Amino acid sequence: MTGNIKYDVIVIGAGHAGVEAGLAASRKGLNTLMLTINLDNIAFMPCNPSVGGPAKGIVVREVDALGGQMAKVIDKTHIQMRMLNTGKGPAVRALRAQADKVLYQQEMKSLLEQEPNLDILQGLVDELIIEDDVIRGVRTNVGTVYDADAVIITTGTFLRGEIILGDLKYSSGPNHQIPSLALADQLKDLGFEIIRFKTGTPPRVNADSIDYSKTEIQPGDDVPRAFSFDTTEFIMDQLPCWLTYTSQETHEIITANLHLSAMYSGVVQGTGPRYCPSIEDKIVRFNDKPRHQIFLEPEGRNTKEVYVQGLSTSMPESVQREMVTSIPGLENARMMRAGYAIEYDALVPTQLWPTLETKKIKNLYTAGQINGTSGYEEAAGQGLIAGINAANNLLGKEELILSRTDAYIGVLIDDLVTKGTNEPYRLLTSRAEHRLLLRHDNADIRLTEIGYENGLISEERLGRYNTKKANIDAELERLQKTRIKPNEHTQNIVAEHGGAALKDGILAADLLRRPEMDYASIMEILNEEITLHQEEYEQVEVQIKYDGYIKKSLQQVDKMKRMENKKIPENIDYDAVHSLATEARMKLKEVKPLNIAQASRISGVNPADTSILLVYIEQGNVKRVES
Amino acid sequence: MQFETISSISTPVGEGAIAIVRLSGEDAIEIADRLYKGAKKLSDTDSHTINYGHIIDPKTGETVEEVMVALMRAPKTYTREDIVEINCHGGIHTVNRVLQLTLNNGARMAEPGEFTKRAFLNGRVDLSQAEAVMDFIRAKTNQASKVANQQVQGRLKTYIEELRQSILNILAQVEVNIDYPEYDDVEETTTSLLLSEAEKINENIDALLKSSSEGRILREGLSTVIVGKPNVGKSSLLNYLIQDNKAIVTEVAGTTRDILEEYVNVNGIPLKLVDTAGIRETDDIVEKIGVERSREALKGAELILYVMNNNDELTPEDIELLESVDDKKVIGIVNKLDLENNLDLNYLEEHFKIPLIKTSIINGEGVDELENEIQTMFFDGSLSSTDSTYVSNNRHINLLEQAKVSIEDAISSAAMDVPVDIIQIDLIKTWELLGEVIGEDVSEQLIDKLFRQFCLGK
Repeated sequence: MTGNIKYDVIVIGAGHAGVEAGLAASRKGLNTLMLTINLDNIAFMPCNPSVGGPAKGIVVREVDALGGQMAKVIDKTHIQMRMLNTGKGPAVRALRAQADKVLYQQEMKSLLEQEPNLDILQGLVDELIIEDDVIRGVRTNVGTVYDADAVIITTGTFLRGEIILGDLKYSSGPNHQIPSLALADQLKDLGFEIIRFKTGTPPRVNADSIDYSKTEIQPGDDVPRAFSFDTTEFIMDQLPCWLTYTSQETHEIITANLHLSAMYSGVVQGTGPRYCPSIEDKIVRFNDKPRHQIFLEPEGRNTKEVYVQGLSTSMPESVQREMVTSIPGLENARMMRAGYAIEYDALVPTQLWPTLETKKIKNLYTAGQINGTSGYEEAAGQGLIAGINAANNLLGKEELILSRTDAYIGVLIDDLVTKGTNEPYRLLTSRAEHRLLLRHDNADIRLTEIGYENGLISEERLGRYNTKKANIDAELERLQKTRIKPNEHTQNIVAEHGGAALKDGILAADLLRRPEMDYASIMEILNEEITLHQEEYEQVEVQIKYDGYIKKSLQQVDKMKRMENKKIPENIDYDAVHSLATEARMKLKEVKPLNIAQASRISGVNPADTSILLVYIEQGNVKRVES
Repeated sequence: MQFETISSISTPVGEGAIAIVRLSGEDAIEIADRLYKGAKKLSDTDSHTINYGHIIDPKTGETVEEVMVALMRAPKTYTREDIVEINCHGGIHTVNRVLQLTLNNGARMAEPGEFTKRAFLNGRVDLSQAEAVMDFIRAKTNQASKVANQQVQGRLKTYIEELRQSILNILAQVEVNIDYPEYDDVEETTTSLLLSEAEKINENIDALLKSSSEGRILREGLSTVIVGKPNVGKSSLLNYLIQDNKAIVTEVAGTTRDILEEYVNVNGIPLKLVDTAGIRETDDIVEKIGVERSREALKGAELILYVMNNNDELTPEDIELLESVDDKKVIGIVNKLDLENNLDLNYLEEHFKIPLIKTSIINGEGVDELENEIQTMFFDGSLSSTDSTYVSNNRHINLLEQAKVSIEDAISSAAMDVPVDIIQIDLIKTWELLGEVIGEDVSEQLIDKLFRQFCLGK
């Protein structure tokens, strides 16, 4: 007995990964402690004030279907919401909300405070207590030791964080908070492979100093929108964003001061993400582009702070001020915070199992930016999975590994642990090979049952979900049986929608398949009132219209699932499989894939290696059959 | 356990009189039945039997090959899956066709060593042989990839790379619209734009597939038959072609038909003259053996040289024979130009739409024109692909065929006005398949392209 305070699970950090991890573990009945450097910065958004967007918005819905929190909180605290890609197919539509940063934090903090099995405590973790490669607890910078059976590290950009501004470089966490140094040293000493990444943020300006007449308005949608399946109250009083552009003068200022930018003076050593370049980067790399878009995004309802999206920079503060005032609409803008670049330590994520447990230290999990990702949504998704798995592990339940065909979260984690990443990883729809199956509209159908099995979805919600699913299935079946006659009433409606006249009777489902027809027009033809909810009949519409494409995807999924069912034993000795190519052997030893499907995705492992591996692992299972 | 059906040529290429296309897997019998026509369907036939019949191309109805088909149902087979072995006799070209037909009808090309792998996984091979199986797969793979690499080099590789690059440009545009919907620098890709781009890609894939058939002709020779009534000048033509072109006379021994083949080189195109023995010995195929026998000789031909006497009138036999080959490439040779014209040339031209070459073979007149006509017919007049820039590997041809299916799917989707991101699914598939032909790892290329080409950020 140590006499220390003992928890089941400790979460280090309370950002977007940390809160999901802490909530998941505590809601699964485990005594959980969440340690954060600054209690006032729980669920803080240090960069853009928005949640969602293509791929990311789908992740938010997935988090919701699995019983996470992000969707519910943003539904309550946004200042505007938009559905993106409405002109494209159903697979790539996605919601994006502009967040009220302060309200978001308050709401999340309040939820954490109310959670019965969860303690939140301000404190900086300096050391992991490890015995025989198993995590036992943590020690804070004031010397207190907390014992735990599992620890989840969600330190974001705090690990050896360094802010860079022009030729200034100083040790700091995001938004000038205390960095985490001792823990970073210990991780290195433990033998974890560390990569140095870099990211950045733009300046903020005071809304009262913006001349909006020189910008274009970007309003939210005027229909009710929400991420969560549970949301019933919708915010209709929305605030707009505004669009302006850099000017020739902006480009001249940047070019003239390029030598002062941290990115070009050699001060920055970390690898930045290509999808999120600084404005200096954009002007150097795309110097033929006369102007760049700048979105002005309010950071909340009770603040004048406006985020200048598109102007991420590491120029000295004085140059930033000049850059800002060279932009139409911002001539008199008063800067409230300067932009900066930040470098931080991340773990090479191939050191993790797909459960997000580290391979090196048992019961130690990591989630979020420490795993080399960027983005609040990517963090939340990992936090949730790490929280669930840490809890399942302690409870002796089966681990939760989402497949690439289950969820974007599955794609994200599989990419990280199988391929690693050499820049901060951002989800894109093109990373999912079956994005037609991973839609935002079916996230609940894909994952609610998994959320329920893992104890984070209530009976009540499962019941509502089952009703929705039954309604959809019944309507699908009905439309596949109902025959529409080519009478005058039908032909008129078909013609109204610009379709060719029917020659014969047709099944309602087949008519709906025509590009010009939608569910409402079919119901009009059938002379019926729409009784299904919008989300229900949208499902019906998508499933019928894209049936052929969905089936094709499902066939490929089937093949992959077969390969996923071929498990690789944890204790396999790759050196004993002597026909493997050298590169493949090396990679396999590093990644330690759980099954043949994952093995086949490792770069450097070719189909022959996969075959050889399959033969090797099947040896034990193969029974001699007399021929 | 039965896996998806695989297919390959399981005899060494270019050696032996009989070549076997072997199918193994859950749909092996069903796939074979789509191609095989015999006394009864294979699915109604007893296991472990050998069956006589024909392989028919289900698309065109054309008879491809006369075959013996061995049917072996699971589990008493090499792989412990259903196995169908199609024994072909007609040389490498026909065997490849049969293989392609199995692939186009639901089978997948077997990986190197895959039959043995399945035999092992299904418990057919002794446990102690596992190591040998693994070594076997490794060896087969190394050998296959060496061959494959040799076969995609130079201009062909560049051509495919350029094609992929142009597809990648379209893909990146669509992706940037999806992932950065507010990004204003790229025009929104529309379905109609995709349609025209997809059609261009399709033409390029067609050209590649065409080059593969040109390549095959250059490699294996163009199977050519000279026919006509007695004494019209068939043997003169044969002798002239041989004398003029330094014939390589080969005897393909051991084939069941025992046909003598002679190779001649016409403007760089190797003609494989079939059934020359018949011409030499009898010179009267039509008369002695009848129209039926002539048809048999014509069946496998890719080019038919139909020789007629300028001095004769057209007979019903001529017409019937020409009608029976109207799906083939035929050149009419009007010989004995020095004699009076009694042949209805107008009727021939209008009714059969075949090119007519007027010759006096004895005097060496018109033979050059004939040779030029052959070249035009098969190579659009230009023999550009002599430096082996054609696709010749069966695996590659199969990948191209699959790419063609994908791009055609994309085209039909675009024509139905399906959203761009759905059409994108088939475009990506096309691009990946072309990548496989040249052995490129595709995983990160699209994302790299996105960030290289477009200025995205926050």
